[in-house]
Amino acid sequence: MTMREITYAEAIREALAEEMARDSRVFLMGEDVGVYGGVFTATKGLLERFGPNQVRDTPISEAAIAGAAVGMALMGMRPVADIMYGDFTTIAMDQIVNNAAKMRYMFDGRVKVPMVLRTQGGSGRGNGAQHSQSLEAWFAHVPGLVVIQPSTPYDAKGLMKSAIRDDNPVVFIEHKLLYFSKGMVPDTEYTVPIGKADVKRTGADVTVIATQWMVPRALQAAEALESGGISAEVIDPRTLRPLDEETILESVRKSGKVLVVHEAVTFGGIGAEIAATIMDKAFDSLDAPVMRLGGVDAPIPYSAPLEKAAVPSTDQIRDAVLRLVRG
Amino acid sequence: MGASLTKQQGQSLYEVMVRIREFEEQSIVIYGQGLTPGRVHPYIGEEAVAAGACAALGAADKIVSTHRGGGHLVARGADLHKVFAEFMGRATGYCSGKGGPMHFGIPELGLLCTNGIVGSGITVAAGAALAAQLERTGQVVMCFFGDGAANTGSFHEGLNLAAVWKVPAVFVCENNAYAETMPFERAFAIKDIAVRATGYGMPGVIVDGNDVEAVWKAATEAVTRARDGGGPSLIEAKTYRISGHFHGESPHYRSQEEIDAWKQKDPIERYGKQLIRDAACSQDELNKMREAAKEEMTRAIQLAQADPFPSLDTLATQVRLPLAWEVAP
Repeated sequence: MTMREITYAEAIREALAEEMARDSRVFLMGEDVGVYGGVFTATKGLLERFGPNQVRDTPISEAAIAGAAVGMALMGMRPVADIMYGDFTTIAMDQIVNNAAKMRYMFDGRVKVPMVLRTQGGSGRGNGAQHSQSLEAWFAHVPGLVVIQPSTPYDAKGLMKSAIRDDNPVVFIEHKLLYFSKGMVPDTEYTVPIGKADVKRTGADVTVIATQWMVPRALQAAEALESGGISAEVIDPRTLRPLDEETILESVRKSGKVLVVHEAVTFGGIGAEIAATIMDKAFDSLDAPVMRLGGVDAPIPYSAPLEKAAVPSTDQIRDAVLRLVRG
Repeated sequence: MGASLTKQQGQSLYEVMVRIREFEEQSIVIYGQGLTPGRVHPYIGEEAVAAGACAALGAADKIVSTHRGGGHLVARGADLHKVFAEFMGRATGYCSGKGGPMHFGIPELGLLCTNGIVGSGITVAAGAALAAQLERTGQVVMCFFGDGAANTGSFHEGLNLAAVWKVPAVFVCENNAYAETMPFERAFAIKDIAVRATGYGMPGVIVDGNDVEAVWKAATEAVTRARDGGGPSLIEAKTYRISGHFHGESPHYRSQEEIDAWKQKDPIERYGKQLIRDAACSQDELNKMREAAKEEMTRAIQLAQADPFPSLDTLATQVRLPLAWEVAP
């Protein structure tokens, strides 16, 4: 298979373009996604190529973007609703939680809501508290939603294609710092299955489960640990709902030691769910309590040194693993 | 407006209204008997709106309704056995007992959803109408909501989006004078919700919501405009909720005199008199329709009451569809 290097933003764009070409019912709408091409360039050129019947700029109306997507999905289309910042999903939450997630259940399977709600989260760009949150656990808590958080261009493209083809409401969370990171993707058509984690690095001594921006940091930490003789396995769940418990538990049974790392605040984060799952299902394999490392219990601050300190660093991940391994 | 009703159409409007009234009266009875696990939100007094507006739609058109959706369900021809069964939480209900009185989705009736969140259906309707426009289906989406919903952000975002994209939608605001217990005058600094249409760039009309023919005429005009590519409209049907927000509420927030005054404007009695005056119907025929509606409800309730509750095996089914690899061989 021939591979080529593209950015995460290009990966998203390719996925959207391929799926819009494949199925005319795929419809992208959101703030600045058309003429401007998306604030992170992920939708650049799509309006020119597909026209306003498939790509449309919307007013700043997050509730309407999400609600209209629900209505379109009920009518048999496959909308991709773009919410520019994850923080703005708060305004669309009624539609996501009360309508998109629940309609299939409330109407006992008589309808489906095949929509993707694309958004992006995370800190690191000096955007302050209202443009930098990691709210993925909110969505993962709601039955009926599929929640995806890719960390590489390969996963982003393959999972976006799967998300668009899936008949469930999917919350697809990108990361603002990853848009211009590069990675290899196949030249040919491929998809990545929803609900399957990926072992980003194999190792025997400790399992590090990391999401999104924490994945490259966990991999760097693992490199540093390797030189100290510690072999760390790094797992990216990629999909938070449904969670691929098997891949996680298999690694835990091998290593006996687990660190879960995410950018979202530790309290009530997805790490708590992953830790509880491990303790429920692989307690006997554990040599130590599952350790969690998340963002500090505060909103994301503006000032650069404060912002940097608000989420786990590579060094903090390395040190946490050392504490875990050395006991 | 040249549209006028045939004798049969007039009778049919009356019949729908009495069926809604009987449906709601009986839903109160079964609530009182403890047959519904949750509360019911009757539509008594507002029947002319659902009957008149839905009569302007074709079978392929779609509607979006509210927590007070009984009138729209009856007007769209719902099987009342399945509606009562849903109210009672039975397996034979339209949503197998999972939805309940506030949460219906009935694709075969073109009912996209009723909604327990005030205003929440408005943006859904805008999107559904956009889909109809993009797919050139010729369908119109009619969205019902109350005066309370007109003060939500969804109203603003939904009407603006619908107008800016000129989608084939008809927004029917059932101004029944109360948002739950909040009187219109204390929630609005304007006299008419219809004036807000101007702010979105769509036609807005006020109609006597207790005059079924007037509602039908306004709705027909709006549906025709939507279908012809003229974009959305807002109809404010001024009516009155004779019933409480939910049955069994404390009534202290409004006076009995006010309720009695509105009872004098009962849309069903009023239209019955008109049909007799126009020689479209005899009193005897009207009585027969009322009796038939009563019998229909009694029968539907008897059937529903004999139906089983859902199996506990269904508790967590239909939460999400299987993923591609979960269904692959």
